[in-house]
Amino acid sequence: MTLTPTLFASARAQLRRDLRLVWRRRGDAMQPMLFAVMVIALFPLALGAESRMLARIAPGVLWVAVLLAGLLTLDSLFRSDLEDGSLEQLLLSPVPLAWLIATRVAVHWMVTSLPLLLLTPLFAELLHLPGQLMTPLLYSLALGTPLLSLIGAVVAALTVGIRRSGMLLSVLALPLFLPVLVFGSGAVVAASQGLPWSGAIYLLAAGLALAVVLAPLAAATALRITLT
Amino acid sequence: MTVSVNRLVLWFNKTGSPPNFDRFAARWTPWAFATAIIFMAAGIYGAIYSVPADYAQGENFRILYIHVPAAWMSLFIFVVMAIQAFIALVWRIKACEILAMSCAPVGAAFTLITLVTGSIWGKPTWGTWWTWDPRLTSELVLLFLYIGVIGLHNAIEDRRAAARAACFLALIGLINVPIVHFAVQWWNTLHQGSTIRLIGPSTMDPSMMWPLLATVIGTKFWFIGSLLQRARAMNLEQESGKDWVRKISESSANEA
Repeated sequence: MTLTPTLFASARAQLRRDLRLVWRRRGDAMQPMLFAVMVIALFPLALGAESRMLARIAPGVLWVAVLLAGLLTLDSLFRSDLEDGSLEQLLLSPVPLAWLIATRVAVHWMVTSLPLLLLTPLFAELLHLPGQLMTPLLYSLALGTPLLSLIGAVVAALTVGIRRSGMLLSVLALPLFLPVLVFGSGAVVAASQGLPWSGAIYLLAAGLALAVVLAPLAAATALRITLT
Repeated sequence: MTVSVNRLVLWFNKTGSPPNFDRFAARWTPWAFATAIIFMAAGIYGAIYSVPADYAQGENFRILYIHVPAAWMSLFIFVVMAIQAFIALVWRIKACEILAMSCAPVGAAFTLITLVTGSIWGKPTWGTWWTWDPRLTSELVLLFLYIGVIGLHNAIEDRRAAARAACFLALIGLINVPIVHFAVQWWNTLHQGSTIRLIGPSTMDPSMMWPLLATVIGTKFWFIGSLLQRARAMNLEQESGKDWVRKISESSANEA
């Protein structure tokens, strides 16, 4: 008799484990949010608090803050699992590695990007973002942040074997994040100029559909390359 | 089908075996560099002395005889690197790993030359050193990708794993470049349309054309020479301690 767990059972088990780990270190889980607030606070302090100018740069600043917060947490995606050896168990498990990575990325998104997404109205208020831009901003972030997590997982998998990977991880990930930023922030900027903005949102959605399928496979390949 | 593929892999493994590759590279590197220097010298001579000044841009268009070949090479080398990387990952051929990794610094150098000469040309022509136009931005991203490949290759201890990880990154980068280009096309700006088309008539006068062709051919040969030289050095480094490498180093020590 083989004891191969079903896909959903394994995903549930992993979700429960990962979420419990996050819950045990709730303080750490708060850090991306604090970081994003700090980055957002830097801009009015650096550029002056004139509300019209802040409203103009707000979409870009909010996007960059969310992107950087996600980038800083990427390194932890596989790091602790590598250190305690559970990553090797994932590699050896009978369940497809890509599937396990997909659940891991889902947890990463839920823990770092979802709270930011929920706080976005508050952040937008800090930068005097005009009310009618809230809809495009939320749409673009809701589609863009999972895309960032998925792309980031591939890069994190490539750099997992390197001890001090912080800077290198950013250098590798940022060129790949660029298109997401352009379309995400671009949609809001287009909306602020009264132009149609749904095109960029559709492109983000298309990118997300592709990445949901391909990124876990690519990350699984990358993990196998770096760990064997 | 599989039989012919296997035969192909066998052939690759034979000619790509480290000692054979070393002989091959040592033999052809000087020829590639010599050809490159002849073509580039002819092309640059033509660009400076025989081509008349452009009626709209005056003398400063002459830098394009360096800029355009370098720009082509920056993309061409990335594609060559990605093809090598693909072969290296799928068939696990070590020579291809080495070749792919040797492409990256050469490509990065050509990308940097493209950016610098483009900037120098842009200042008098557009009145600005830099604009966020699709082509400039994707060239910059290309440079970051090259640096990323080199960085990843240097960061991982195990040489084979490092090469394979960097090869994988090169393949991802190949997908990324057109996406970035497309994304930045939104902010379409000052960059002039391309004057040389592969399909359809070229808008460049034939008298201005031949030095460009010469520098294009010259840079291709320079790339071949540089690639072989770097690959040979990397090959020797990884094989150091093997018998045939010791023989080579002893014989060259005796000559000196």
